[in-house]
Amino acid sequence: MNNKMTIKFDSVSQNEALARNVIASFILPLNPSLSELSDVKTAVSEAVTNAIVHGYPDTVGEVTMVAEIIDSDVHISISDSGVGIDDLNKALEPFFTTKPDDERSGMGFTIIKTFMDDVTVSSRLNFGTTVNMVKSISKVAV
Amino acid sequence: MEIKSKLDKSRIYVYFSGEIDEHSANKARATIDNVLENNNFKVVIFDFSNTSFMDSTGIGMLLGRYKKLKKRGVSSYISNPSFSVNKVFQISGIYDVMPKI
Repeated sequence: MNNKMTIKFDSVSQNEALARNVIASFILPLNPSLSELSDVKTAVSEAVTNAIVHGYPDTVGEVTMVAEIIDSDVHISISDSGVGIDDLNKALEPFFTTKPDDERSGMGFTIIKTFMDDVTVSSRLNFGTTVNMVKSISKVAV
Repeated sequence: MEIKSKLDKSRIYVYFSGEIDEHSANKARATIDNVLENNNFKVVIFDFSNTSFMDSTGIGMLLGRYKKLKKRGVSSYISNPSFSVNKVFQISGIYDVMPKI
C-alpha cells in the first residue's frame, strides 16, 4: 500500500537518531531485509547529519524529511534551508570535507550513493540543500 | 553510546556499545582519549560487537584516534563489527590502516 509522511525537526544532533528511527518504522510494512533496513537508516543518518552540521553551522534551523512508499520503492527527501553547498561536485567526492579539523571523514555522500539505488542532490547557496534518494525494497515471497 | 576498556598487558581493548553517530561521537571522543592517554600499551583493539548502528561519523572518530596513536607507535585494530557496521568500514577503506582481526 502506498503511503506518505513528513516530519520537521530542529537541526540538533539528538534528532539524527529520531530521523533514522522514524524512517525504519515507516518502511517496516515493506518487510525490508536487515541489510536494506540498515542501508536506509545509515543513508538517512548521513543526510540529516549533513543538514545539521553543514546546513546550519552556527544556528538551529529546520530539517524536513519527506518519505513516500510507492509500490516497493521508498522515496526519501531530506532538506534544509541553510547555507547551501558552494561546490556540489566537490562535496560529492569521497573524502572531501570542509571540516577536516572536526575529524569528519568526508564519506557521507559516498555512503548515501552506495547504500541507496538512486540519489540526487540539489543545493543553492544561502537557500539550502535537498537530498533525494530512492531504495527499492526486494519482494520476498511469504 | 557507552565506552568500556580493558588493559591486558601490552594490549588495550576499547568496547563501543550502542549507536555511533555525530551526536554520540562528540561525547565519546573525550572519554576514549582519556582512556588512551592514561594507559601504556602497544596495541589497541576497537571492539564493535555491541555497536548496533554506526554512520560515517564513526570513521572520522576512529581515524582521529589512529593519527594520534600512530605517533606513539601504537597499532590499531578493529574487531567484531556487525554486518551493517562492517559495510561502512569497508566502503571507507579504513581496514587499510586499521585491519580487522
